[in-house]
Amino acid sequence: MKRRIVVKSLGFVAAGALLAAGAILPARAADKSPIKVGVLHSLSGTMAISETVLKDTALMAIEEINAKGGVLGRKLEPVVVDPASNWPLFAEKARQLLATDKVAVVFGCWTSVSRKSVLPVFKELDGLLFYPVQYEGEELEKNVFYTGAAPNQQAIPAVEYLMSKAGGGAKRFVLLGTDYVYPRTTNKILRAFLRSKGVADADIMEEYTPFGHSDYQTIVANIKKFASGGKTAVVSTINGDSNVPFYKELGNAGLKATEVPVVAFSVGEEELRGVDAKPLVGHLAAWNYFMSLKNPANTEFKKKWAAYAKAHGVANADKPLTNDPMEATYIGVNIWKQAVEKAKTTDVDKVIAAVGGQKFEAPSGFTAEMDEKNHHLHKPVFIGEVKADGQFNVVWKTPGPVRAQPWSPFIPGNDKKKDQPDAN
Amino acid sequence: MRMLRLFAGLAMLAVFCAPAAALDRGAIGRLASGDADEQRQALDALVADNDVSALPFLQDLLADRVKIGADTTIIVDGDHGLDPLERAPVALPSDLEDVSTSNSLRLAIEESIAALELLSPDPALRLEAVKRLQNAELDEARLALIAKAESHERDSAVRDGLRQMRALSELQSGDRAMRLAAAKALRASVSGRVREALKARLASEEDGEIRVALTRSLRNVESSLAIGENLGIVFSGVSLASILLLAALGLAVTYGLMGVINMAHGEMMMIGAYATYVAQNCFRAYLPDHFQWYLAAAAPVAFVVAALIGVVIERMVIRFLYGRALETLLATWGVSLILMQTVRTMFGAQNVQVENPAWMSGRVFVMENLQLPYNRIVIIAFSLAVLALVSFLLARTRLGLFVRAVTQNRTMAKCVGVDSSRIDTIAFALGSGIAGLAGVALSQVGNVGPDLGQHYIVDSFMVVVLGGVGQLAGAVYAALGLGVAGKIFENLAGAVLAEIALLVFLIVFIQKRPQGLFALGGRQAD
Amino acid sequence: MLHVAPSPPLARCLYEKRGWALFALAALVILVVAPLANLVTPEGSFLHLSDASVALLGKLFCYAMLALAMDLVWGYAGILSLGHGVFFALGGYAFGMYLMRQIGHDGSYHADLPDFMVFLDWNSFPWFWAYTDHFCYALALAILAPAALACAFGFFAFRSRIKGVYFSIITQALTYAMMLLFFRNETGFGGNNGFTDFKRILDYPLATPQTRIILFMLSGGSLLLLLLASRFIVTSKFGRVLTAIREAESRVMFCGYDTLSYKLAIWTFSAAICGLAGALYVPQVGIINPSEMSPAASIEIAIWTAVGGRGTLIGPLVGAFVVNGAKSLFTAAIPEYWLFFLGLLFVLVTLLLPKGVIGFFDAPPSARISLPFTRKEPAS
Repeated sequence: MKRRIVVKSLGFVAAGALLAAGAILPARAADKSPIKVGVLHSLSGTMAISETVLKDTALMAIEEINAKGGVLGRKLEPVVVDPASNWPLFAEKARQLLATDKVAVVFGCWTSVSRKSVLPVFKELDGLLFYPVQYEGEELEKNVFYTGAAPNQQAIPAVEYLMSKAGGGAKRFVLLGTDYVYPRTTNKILRAFLRSKGVADADIMEEYTPFGHSDYQTIVANIKKFASGGKTAVVSTINGDSNVPFYKELGNAGLKATEVPVVAFSVGEEELRGVDAKPLVGHLAAWNYFMSLKNPANTEFKKKWAAYAKAHGVANADKPLTNDPMEATYIGVNIWKQAVEKAKTTDVDKVIAAVGGQKFEAPSGFTAEMDEKNHHLHKPVFIGEVKADGQFNVVWKTPGPVRAQPWSPFIPGNDKKKDQPDAN
Repeated sequence: MRMLRLFAGLAMLAVFCAPAAALDRGAIGRLASGDADEQRQALDALVADNDVSALPFLQDLLADRVKIGADTTIIVDGDHGLDPLERAPVALPSDLEDVSTSNSLRLAIEESIAALELLSPDPALRLEAVKRLQNAELDEARLALIAKAESHERDSAVRDGLRQMRALSELQSGDRAMRLAAAKALRASVSGRVREALKARLASEEDGEIRVALTRSLRNVESSLAIGENLGIVFSGVSLASILLLAALGLAVTYGLMGVINMAHGEMMMIGAYATYVAQNCFRAYLPDHFQWYLAAAAPVAFVVAALIGVVIERMVIRFLYGRALETLLATWGVSLILMQTVRTMFGAQNVQVENPAWMSGRVFVMENLQLPYNRIVIIAFSLAVLALVSFLLARTRLGLFVRAVTQNRTMAKCVGVDSSRIDTIAFALGSGIAGLAGVALSQVGNVGPDLGQHYIVDSFMVVVLGGVGQLAGAVYAALGLGVAGKIFENLAGAVLAEIALLVFLIVFIQKRPQGLFALGGRQAD
Repeated sequence: MLHVAPSPPLARCLYEKRGWALFALAALVILVVAPLANLVTPEGSFLHLSDASVALLGKLFCYAMLALAMDLVWGYAGILSLGHGVFFALGGYAFGMYLMRQIGHDGSYHADLPDFMVFLDWNSFPWFWAYTDHFCYALALAILAPAALACAFGFFAFRSRIKGVYFSIITQALTYAMMLLFFRNETGFGGNNGFTDFKRILDYPLATPQTRIILFMLSGGSLLLLLLASRFIVTSKFGRVLTAIREAESRVMFCGYDTLSYKLAIWTFSAAICGLAGALYVPQVGIINPSEMSPAASIEIAIWTAVGGRGTLIGPLVGAFVVNGAKSLFTAAIPEYWLFFLGLLFVLVTLLLPKGVIGFFDAPPSARISLPFTRKEPAS
């Protein structure tokens, strides 16, 4: 009896450990075997809403490459894992992808905190990450390529537009955000930028709300009060879910886009899907890509996505939407492929050296070019007004692609930073 | 509103019978398909000579009824087309594009329409136009127009408005007498813009007498504005309280009366909100003519659906766990995960779109800076109605009598023939149904997604615990207190700190009064 | 609820000779076999323990410590905490401060202060960061800070005789309030991003297999030691009184015991264990941020304990391994069903397996599942 107890207990511990270790088994790579490619996006939890489509976009791009014969004569084999919107789990899954699956590259992450969580892993194991979402900058890592916008490729052009005659000539600004790093950094940069343009501190109001905040009555009342001091615009870095209550409250208070326009950096086509867009009509968003852009590359991209979504039963395939981070993911996969072909190997260091300078005809209608040095894309900036159908009417765009400044010159001390990553 | 304006515009057109002189096809073409600068120039040219005949076209432009065909511009009114100049019916071409207008252009159009309406024969319309122009930038041309309108004006309200507008610009005048008069004229204003303008002038004014007049006016304006602002804070507090109350009422029944910790309470609200969504879609598909009233149908549907799910949960899980409160808590947490994932599987992880019916948008005008939105008022009324319903059910009906009897002394109630098992199920279903009703209200102010309930669970427990178990009145006071205090604190310290402060307050409060605000008499020992 | 169930045989094994043998075996595996399998055996060999597995198992040891801490207060003293995450995270943050200072000038701003402080334009460390560059102080802080918070919170709560569900709900409010507080950037703990990008510990680089296996051994060793300590606590007279409090607090009080100090002592000890677990967790996982304080994370700790079997000490460890193992497996294979599984686990375990997995295997086959044929009457 007692022996059995010992055996049983041991069995429990061993079973638990085995369960935990999961499918971790050593893998051997042969020469002509497929190249493994990691996809690290949350498929469950709070971030699944945004990230699931990026996983599908990456898979679509990989399928497309395979259909054309793969890379270096080898097929790509996607390895999809789910970090479940849990930041420590991001690090764990990244380690699994790099150490166990030995993937050549990882496409993934959305939130800054998830990127920060996996960074040490990528540095330690010398992995390669393509990060597809707009972010706060202030980071430049050898192992990461940033295909989303840095603040000067999204926030600053948007504010310049608001200050211009066409944008309404705003004199006062409300910087409103959810209290986390991206809004804080963006607003810090914007405040310095506005100061450099002669806007007094008294004409800037900065407000933060907790995650998931849903009662915007007080804030909207304060905006209304603030707006009586002159032409006011709101720069919103409010995080996903809080946007609907915010815009509904704006509508309640009778603040129309013509009087107090709101420009948002986190509201795109996908976010507007679950929203009655009427209260938002006329409000603005700044992105490097809109689904409504009219050019051959975008038509092609939309067609491919619609076909892929239908063939693979992606959620909402009846109404396929494309958005900026999807475009950035698509560019990322293709640029990596071109770099591997140039380097003629998947060796991370050689690929990193080859990525700089790669060009790709992006769905934005411009040529996206990876900077030779700073690991960021040159991207055009568009400003769109929300239409009642949840699409955007592009009212302004930069003449051409803008070079990223990951170290914003509006943050003191950054002038001394090198515009390229430190060697590890 | 826009329809109203259109009618007004059309009526005025009939009155004036002005010949279409300035509005020609060239101007229309430039306004519709030009780039931003061309559009702006065309608009300025139209308004320069106060040509009221341009009004209908401008209103159509603003309402997105103007479309561009291959080489024509056309007004689309429902399913037929109108010629923009002759306003005669024309055939609709197949490929029409929207006119691209930006915010600044739309603002300019709105202001131009208002400026033209200053000359309207209808005083109500003129007053509306004055209000619309109050926050507009006034250039020379507009000022001249205002002066002209003021000199013709008979209606005193409109004239005062015009005078204030003029005074606002004369505040910057080089002429001392004009500045003094302007400073005095602004005394009765209730406008934030006037306050800012007075402040700005006071900072640079050197003349003593004018400074006195400015200070006096500023004090007046500020005190009348303060009334609206403070009332606004109270109203937002009451409005928040009504939502908290709705979220907590169901819990007050299940937890307060039955002692069941239902962590899936938030998910019942979520289900109520999704029921609203489904009701909305059914109306859109089958009863599009009565779409505005889908909420009236959604409320009973949400109640019934949530109550039925409540019955299932009670029969399958909770009844085996009575007396084991901690286990109930964990089991219902599990139920909440299952419900969330079920909804996610059925409707997708994304939020779904629930529209506000038109009758709920708009505001009650109380003061210049105090306008109460209809949807908030409707929700306050709705929460009061639900409260009345629940208290009626508990206090006046036979069912309520049984529920109270079972709550107070189960054994005794059973002895006199009350089927206590049935009462448990009904009470739980009632609590769940009320949560469903709360979901209907929540769908009108926030997101409808699988996580909806999670945001409210901590808040609703706070209300019930603070109010005291077993008391509906306690929940009402607790919700009011938390709502209003929260809003006042948010004004002082910001949203993040306000939320933390309320939680800390609750934790401290429970140490002092573990039984809540309104404790039932007596003391229970275990 | 007044029947005192004798501990099931499996749960009792730690009190017998065989139990000691098992304990020694576990110590041998964690402290000798695993390190050898990781460092000595060649990669790809059957006996090799990969670096990823070491990191994963080290993390699981920390979770198991949490479950153990939860079992002490819930299983033995009947206090269900829905806020144990806050103690865990506090320990993590306290030790994280040390790790942040170990980064030195290697952050992306190459400054004296951690990056996020440079970014907030702070010129010096806030007061609560004082001395955190000393390893021993930081480690002590990681244990004492949660203990102090628990002690203060517990003192007031227990003094007011808050118990049962009320207590659970205010612990949930506590962790929620702390989460909001730590989300704030101005609080001084890095806001939503928390602490990441650690480089070294005691001047040894963190990202080496040697450091990692040492942390693994420390975690496993601490877990075993704490298990031992907990065993002594629950078998002592102190532990008997705790069990009595769980069953009928008023009667214990009427017998002249000062139940407040008993509850407070075990509550504080439990929080200290969580703090230690947090301190060991952070260097292995590489990030600590406020989401560890979310109410859902704390409830999960309770479910590990319930699944394993509360009041058994060994059960919660099994629960932590099984549930987290299942989580790793599910989120890799069928992510959309993970929540269904977790939810069902909550419901089924509370309904059918009130004594957890351990209780299931210890009971005679005929009585393994307590089928809920009879409904319970609400206590009124």
